[in-house]
Amino acid sequence: MSSTNATVSAPVMPMHDPKGGLIVALNATLRRDLTLMLRRRGEVLNPLVFFALVITLFPIGISPDPQLLAVIAPGLLWVAALLAALLSLDSLFRSDYEDGSLEQLLLAPQPLAALGLAKVAVHWLLTGLPLALMAPVLGIMLALPAGSYLVLALSLALGTASLSLIGAIGAALTVGLARGGVLLSLLVLPLYIPILIFGAGAVQAAIMGDGVTAHLAILGALLAMALMLSPWAIAASLRISING
Amino acid sequence: MSLCLQARQLACERDDRWLFEGLDLDIQRGEIVRIEGPNGSGKTTLLKILSGQLSDYHGELYWNGALMRETREHFLANLLYLGHAPGVKSGLTPLENLAWYQALSGDQGSEEQREEALAKVGLRGFEDVPAGQLSAGQQRRIALARLTLTPRALWVLDEPFTAIDRDGVAALETQLVAHAKAGGCVLVTTHHELTASPVLRRVQLG
Repeated sequence: MSSTNATVSAPVMPMHDPKGGLIVALNATLRRDLTLMLRRRGEVLNPLVFFALVITLFPIGISPDPQLLAVIAPGLLWVAALLAALLSLDSLFRSDYEDGSLEQLLLAPQPLAALGLAKVAVHWLLTGLPLALMAPVLGIMLALPAGSYLVLALSLALGTASLSLIGAIGAALTVGLARGGVLLSLLVLPLYIPILIFGAGAVQAAIMGDGVTAHLAILGALLAMALMLSPWAIAASLRISING
Repeated sequence: MSLCLQARQLACERDDRWLFEGLDLDIQRGEIVRIEGPNGSGKTTLLKILSGQLSDYHGELYWNGALMRETREHFLANLLYLGHAPGVKSGLTPLENLAWYQALSGDQGSEEQREEALAKVGLRGFEDVPAGQLSAGQQRRIALARLTLTPRALWVLDEPFTAIDRDGVAALETQLVAHAKAGGCVLVTTHHELTASPVLRRVQLG
């Protein structure tokens, strides 16, 4: 194959070696996603409002009896927070997919796993963390016994981080589908079970007056595992979605 | 330094139909290669394969003589791909959009650089307007500002003239030719007739 050699005397466009700059790229991605989310306040508030509404329904639907509510409160709070976090996951990569930014993210000369992790971090910061901070207030409504509020917030803060990480794998897998929301729930909910068990268990233990460190430690271990494995799974899932 | 993208015996199948088969392609410094073909003939698919985005194809790709999948990092550091969707966030201003793209390549950049790049694509005065409030052509121009902002040798442009006005088309065409003259290479699909390009090579699909 021959080509016209028009560049004999022309200046030669330099080639670049990959120059790293991962920190710069991560910072910019964090800042970009935070700015975007804070400009769409509704999307940030939706899961929180959902959480509050669902919790309000239980005293109305079951019974306002504080003793009964106190027994089921840890589970209710945890399940409602889990569903609220799930609700917001579908939009994690969707707008990027639709406007072509995701393509560009995949073509960036940076590790995709790290960039994906930055996006998940923003998701947790604006969904999981507010849910954890809000839960004690809703706990009052369910007559959650005193002494378990701090553990509730702490277990949710740890747990929702794992939920965001695992959920992001599902969100990445379903981003190319027109109605991926339901499929996302079906994919991700079974994986949430261990986190729910130990999260609700921690609050339960705090109410009983048992030690909570074991539960929280296991939640921490689950988070460490999710932090280690899920970025690679998210990156691989995004590649599959873009390929389809 | 050498710069060349080669495809050997490239073939791609979609829905039991071969889009192209046995395609050999060499793209070198100083060239503008235009992929032609009717709608649905696989132009976008070919560009996505050549820019390393798809993996379900037959054949091999080489970047500077080495297998592309082994030199992917180096390839990506020298590639600028603009797809069908401009990749512009409607919630961010043009400056913020460009800042992210600049940072993705590992470069902090400066506000002046970005303002200059925006001015060059005719968006002076729109720097701080959310991109969602701009027209389709102006959003495309934000994406095109990256051509000036992040210097890369290989440009892969999928329908870059979409929604661009007549003056913009002429300016972009001049920019493509200048890039090729400076030793870069351009791979482009368009239904526009490229008139100002002396080094144009055509690849016919379909």
